[in-house]
Amino acid sequence: MERIENHPILEFHKGQKVTFSFEGRLMEGFEGEPIAAALHANGIKVLHKSANKGRARGFFCAIGNCSSCLMRVNGVPNVRVCIEPLRKDMLVERQQGRELPAVTQDPVDVGGEE
Amino acid sequence: MKHTEIAVVGGGPAGLSAALTAAAHGAGVVLIERDEALGGQLVKQTHKFFGSEKQRAGTRGVVIAEELTALVQEAANIDVWLDSTALGYYQDGVLMVERKEGVIGLKPKALVVAAGAFERTLLFPNNDLPGIYGAGAVQTLMNVHGVVPGKRVIMIGAGNIGLIVSYQLLQAGVEVAAIVEASPRIGGFAVHASKVRRAGVPIYTSHTVKKAYGKEILEGACIWQLDDKWQPVPGTEKYLQADVMCMAVGLSPLVELLRQAGCAMKFVPELGGYVPITDEHGRTSVPRVYVAGDSGGVEEASSAMITGQLAGLSAANGLGHVKDYDSLHKEIESQLQALRSGPAGQKILRGLAKLRAKGDVTSA
Repeated sequence: MERIENHPILEFHKGQKVTFSFEGRLMEGFEGEPIAAALHANGIKVLHKSANKGRARGFFCAIGNCSSCLMRVNGVPNVRVCIEPLRKDMLVERQQGRELPAVTQDPVDVGGEE
Repeated sequence: MKHTEIAVVGGGPAGLSAALTAAAHGAGVVLIERDEALGGQLVKQTHKFFGSEKQRAGTRGVVIAEELTALVQEAANIDVWLDSTALGYYQDGVLMVERKEGVIGLKPKALVVAAGAFERTLLFPNNDLPGIYGAGAVQTLMNVHGVVPGKRVIMIGAGNIGLIVSYQLLQAGVEVAAIVEASPRIGGFAVHASKVRRAGVPIYTSHTVKKAYGKEILEGACIWQLDDKWQPVPGTEKYLQADVMCMAVGLSPLVELLRQAGCAMKFVPELGGYVPITDEHGRTSVPRVYVAGDSGGVEEASSAMITGQLAGLSAANGLGHVKDYDSLHKEIESQLQALRSGPAGQKILRGLAKLRAKGDVTSA
């Protein structure tokens, strides 16, 4: 896994270089790219463990649809890292299966007819 | 509660086109996209499109995405909601949308669903190993984010996506070990197949995956031949070493919202699986709910733009905004006919005929 330096057609518009932590390891990525892309560029392909058998799971759909890449980010579980943008100083960890969020957020009152 | 005339769910080629067409006729539109940017899967399509000038042939998908996005942003009567996920559409006409600030109720007078499609995979042992990706996902990783998925790739599927992504992998400096295709023939255009063949990539037709190998990450796969009844032939196994496998084995329509909204559905293999029953005006069985793009049957980006225009026009017409609907509708129909004149289009037309024939309706 590496970053493409010279591409015959494309130019890549990167955000600022930032550091983040993956399970205690300091890594570099570009702000705004999906967390999964930054992990890939750092050689991390195992993103998640399956709920029952703990099988390794990786990046599959890249559109936030398949749940293969759910990770814990800044303590929040079930983040779809294939679409979640990387920010400076993020703490990224693997999780097994799905986890309940620490605090359940109530839905905002949508009100009735105006 | 927020109100609008037309809510469009999905900011890909179909949704962008639906929003632009409806807005051009004076309708107020809220365009809802779950990603942080518009463009959908156009943003990773670095190849030039086919079709005619009207469908922007010769232009790269990524450029079309930029152009349509700019038009949407300029339109005064389109309100773009990014990072917003439509959760459900209810009998009182309320669409629930999850946004950063919480869940919001939006009450549109008409709803256009252009949610797109998702990538399929195949069944074989270890098909869940990291290193096995949807081919479209690899396109995104590589063409949008500039990260290669690995060093050596096995591509499954020799349709246009399999061939194009193989070529794009080569452009990015990644080795393609082989393209493996279950059918006896290459499904994609000859122009794409010859490009990868010239680069020395073998294409194994009548072959499929027997098993993938790897401890925690893909290390290789065994492929084997299929006979004329699509049964594997023992003794024909070949082991290919690779750290990446791309699945380019088709897409299924994303129809959850349509199904939940109560639209009558039908299973039509030619259209990619379960699809809502529609008429030639993009209307579903639920009043004022329209469908556009791959959600109504998996095709490709050019026809997604046209079916988007159709749904946008039809929804605006339903609200009394369109003066010359019949002639505009005819013009769109003729563009669709032209796009569907090839062999791939014949399959879509067969699918649409099945979809609109009586019977086999799965109620929601």
